[in-house]
Amino acid sequence: MRNTITIALKEFKSYLASPMAYVVTGIFLALTGFLFRYSAATYIETSIRGFVETGSLVLLLLAAVLAMRLLAEERKMGTLELLLTAPVRDSEVILGKFLGSLGILTAMLVLTFYYPILLMSFGDPDMGPIGTSYLGLFLLGCASLAIGIFASSLTSNQIVAAVVAGGILFALWFMGTVASYLPETVSEFISYFSLSTYVPAFTRGVVDSRGIIYYLSITALFLFLAVRSLENSRWS
Amino acid sequence: MIRVENLTKYYGKRLAVDNISFNVEKGEIVGFLGPNAAGKTTTMRILTGFLMPTRGEAWVAGYNVLSHSLEARQHIGYFAEAVPLYTDMTVRSYLDFLARLRGLDTKRIKTRIEDVVDICHLEEYVDVIIGKLSKGFRQRVGVAQAIIHEPEVLILDEPTIGIDPIQVAMTRQLIKGLGKERTILLSTHILPEVSMTCERVIIIHEGKIVAEDSIENLSSMISGSRRIRLEVEGPSEKIAERLRQIEGVHRVSYQDTNYTVECSAGQDPRGKIMETIVQGGWTLLSLEFIEMSLEDIFLKLTTEEETGQ
Repeated sequence: MRNTITIALKEFKSYLASPMAYVVTGIFLALTGFLFRYSAATYIETSIRGFVETGSLVLLLLAAVLAMRLLAEERKMGTLELLLTAPVRDSEVILGKFLGSLGILTAMLVLTFYYPILLMSFGDPDMGPIGTSYLGLFLLGCASLAIGIFASSLTSNQIVAAVVAGGILFALWFMGTVASYLPETVSEFISYFSLSTYVPAFTRGVVDSRGIIYYLSITALFLFLAVRSLENSRWS
Repeated sequence: MIRVENLTKYYGKRLAVDNISFNVEKGEIVGFLGPNAAGKTTTMRILTGFLMPTRGEAWVAGYNVLSHSLEARQHIGYFAEAVPLYTDMTVRSYLDFLARLRGLDTKRIKTRIEDVVDICHLEEYVDVIIGKLSKGFRQRVGVAQAIIHEPEVLILDEPTIGIDPIQVAMTRQLIKGLGKERTILLSTHILPEVSMTCERVIIIHEGKIVAEDSIENLSSMISGSRRIRLEVEGPSEKIAERLRQIEGVHRVSYQDTNYTVECSAGQDPRGKIMETIVQGGWTLLSLEFIEMSLEDIFLKLTTEEETGQ
C-alpha cells in the first residue's frame, strides 16, 4: 500500500509538472463549459444534464490522453527498469499509476463544480441528479483510465497507446448503439456491456447498482490486464 | 552472495544467455567482461528481476530471484546501462522516490540522500532538474540511486560508458571504495577497467562463459604461449623465415624492424633466436618477453570460441 501511495503521489506531481494535465483540463473545461451554456440556454430545466451526457464522451477521450504516458513513457525512457527492479509488486505499480491519474481526473471534475454553483445562484436545481451525475462521471472516468493504462502498458509509443485506448473506449461506448439494429434480445444483451448504457440513468438521478458494478468491473478487469501485460514484459 | 545456475535466456528464437553458472562471494568485486551483445546485460537483468530466465535459477543474497523476487530486489542496488532517470524530477526528489520504494523511512531517507550526494559529489546539483544535467552527472545520479538503500549486492552495468576520463577515474575509485563492504558485479567491455577495479573476472562471449578466474591466474593460464618481442635490423622476410625454423616457435609476425615471436610455455628460445640472428649477420637491437595483457586474453578467448564453432 505504501508503495502504491508513493507511486501515486509521484505520478500526480509529475502531471502537475508537465503541460499535459493543464492542456487536458483546459480542453475539458472549455468543451463542457460550452455544453453547459448551450444546454442551460435551450433546455427548460435547471440541470447539468446537457453537460454530462455529451461531456461524458469528452471525459472518456481525455482520460485516454491522460493515461497514455503512464507506462509507454516509462518503457521508452527505460525507467520501467527502475520500477520493475525495485522491490515493488507489479500490481502496486499499476494501482499507483491509476490513483495518480485518477487524482488529476477528480481535480478536473471538481473544477466543473461551478456549473451547479451557477445554477444554484440563479435557480433551484434538483441536487439529486447532479450528485448522481458526478458519481457516474467519476466511475466512467475510472473505467476509461484503466483502459488507458492497459493500452499504455502495451507499447512504448504514447500515440499508439492513446489510439488503442480510444479504439477500445469507442467500441465499448458505441457498442450499444450499433447493437440496436440487431434483434431485441441480442441487442439488450450486448448493451449490458456498453459504457454508454448506464450514463442516462445517472443523469436522471438514479443510483444504478448495475452501472456501478459494471464500471468497477471494467476498471478492475483492465487494471488486471495491465498488471498481466507488465508481468509479461519480463518474459519477453 | 550471487549464485547463478544453468541460466539460459532466449529472446524469441535468439539465444542470449546459454546455460551459464557462476558464483560471486561476499565482498568480492567481480568483473563481467564481454564484447557487446555477449549476454552481460541480459544476465544482469535476470539477477535484478527485470527479466525472467527461460531456464535455470539464480540467487541473490540468499533469495531466489524467481520465487522470492521482491526480497532479492530489496538487497540489490542496480545501475542499468541505459541510466534510467526521471528527467522531470530534481535529483533530490528522484532519490527520495526510489529510496521510498525501497522501504526507507522518511528520516533515514533524509540522511541517506545527504550521504550519497556527498559520496557521488552531487552537492551543488541536488535541487537541479535531472533533465538539465550533463551525461556525467546523470551517471552519478544513477550510481547514487543504486547505493541509497545500502544494498548488500551491487550490480553495475557499464557504469563508466560515455563519460569523460576524469569522471571515469572517479567512478572507478568510487566502485573500489564501495567494494570494501559490498559484493559487486561489474559489467564492462573496457578491459583496463577490470584489471583496475576487479579481483576476479568472468569472461562471457555469445552467451557462454569462456573463462572465469583471478586476473593473474588467467594470464598464466592463457600463456600456453609466451611472447617475445624483438627488434632486428635486416631483411624482414628472411629474418622471419629463419625465426620460424627455431624449435619451439609457433608464430612470427613483424612490422618494419619489430618482430613478435610466440613460443610454447616453459620454453625459452631466446638464446637460439640470438644465435640465429648473429649467424645471419643482422643486428639485434632488443629482445624481451612480453606479459599477456587482459586485452590479449580476451581476444584470444573470444576468437578461439568463434573458430571452435
